[in-house]
Amino acid sequence: MCLAVPMQVKEIDDNMARVEVGGTVQHVRLDLVSEKPELGDYVIVHAGFALQRLDREEALETLKLFQEGLDIELV
Amino acid sequence: MNLFDSFKDPELCRSVLDKIRSELRGELRFMEVCGTHTVSIFRSGIRSLLPDSVKHLSGPGCPVCVTHDREVAAFLELAARDDVIVATFGDLMRVPGPDRATLKAAQAEGARVRIVYSPFDALQLAVNNPTEKVVFLGVGFETTAPTVAATVRMAAEQGVSNFSVLSFHKLVPPALQALVDDDELRVQAFLLPGHVSTIIGIEPYRFLAEERNLPAVVGGFEPLDILQALLLFVRQHNDGAPAVVNNYKRAVADAGNPKAVSVMHEVFTTGDALWRGIGTIPDSGLSFSESFRAFDAREVFSLDLPDVRELPGCRCGDVLKGKIRPDQCPLFKKACTPASPVGPCMVSTEGSCAAYYKYQL
Repeated sequence: MCLAVPMQVKEIDDNMARVEVGGTVQHVRLDLVSEKPELGDYVIVHAGFALQRLDREEALETLKLFQEGLDIELV
Repeated sequence: MNLFDSFKDPELCRSVLDKIRSELRGELRFMEVCGTHTVSIFRSGIRSLLPDSVKHLSGPGCPVCVTHDREVAAFLELAARDDVIVATFGDLMRVPGPDRATLKAAQAEGARVRIVYSPFDALQLAVNNPTEKVVFLGVGFETTAPTVAATVRMAAEQGVSNFSVLSFHKLVPPALQALVDDDELRVQAFLLPGHVSTIIGIEPYRFLAEERNLPAVVGGFEPLDILQALLLFVRQHNDGAPAVVNNYKRAVADAGNPKAVSVMHEVFTTGDALWRGIGTIPDSGLSFSESFRAFDAREVFSLDLPDVRELPGCRCGDVLKGKIRPDQCPLFKKACTPASPVGPCMVSTEGSCAAYYKYQL
């Protein structure tokens, strides 16, 4: 039930955002995010609300911690 | 390779799995307390790739599964009222209450039960039906409770008086405390729930390492996230240095999401809650704070938790505490199947019995 899906922000209108993943589009509320996302950011979506912006740099750090010589760049 | 897709990459997973195999000494019994982890561990095939000495237990991590029979009876009591529209997440529709009655069956017999995707949709339902009373069934952990709290606050701001919430939300850290206080529990490490931690951060889990010497890792839900957490367990175990580690930093700040926590505590206060199979756990639930009492369905409809007879034979409680595997329950795959579930662990797709039935057989 705590399933939450990372979706990409396509449009922001005041306290709402249009987000998308794999062709599925949703409109979510931004009331709960502590850091407002920007267009192109990924947010974790749960029950119609964005809960958190996904941090790309932290993702890369986590990968590198366990893996030597990783060929991944931040896009 | 896409950055976030890397966490699904088979080669990366294999290399971490090799490290687990070569570094593990003795047995490792770990428990996850999140239904999404349960499903991910089964579906990704991780369970079948792990050495036999790594034992996976599913704890009380599925909010539907830990919803008490008496709480289900209260849902059904509300649904039976002529003056109420019940709005609920779909997960609750098939959960059996007393005499195996369900919201789904009540709906088929005419009760007005509507499935919503978001608590906000339930509020919209109330706005669109001003002459009806709409009650949202508030079930979920810290991931969900802030979304309900934000919705209640909106209802207050907009002066919507025909909307209320039956709050049976539950909190994860007090349940972990109750689990580790049980002398029969033989868990050596906890995989902590990623999205609950997105909200509460890692501080509330410190006692696991500091007081109980248990390694505990906040992990994401992709296969690589889970394997990395297991490798961290193995290393902490070998080093004799248990710690609480945030290994899901892309989605979890160590301090959590203070804005969401603040909304949750503005609308709700903590109180005792009933957990299926575990009983009452102090301060593990959320009831309405004084300022938002007008939205408390228990007050609005003078609801008490009905007394019920426990489901005979169902051992969901022992499954939830990791004491038995689902297939050790006498009802499993006999009287209890996903098509005709007896207990909630078989109802929810994130329940351990349902996952075991679908992937392990």
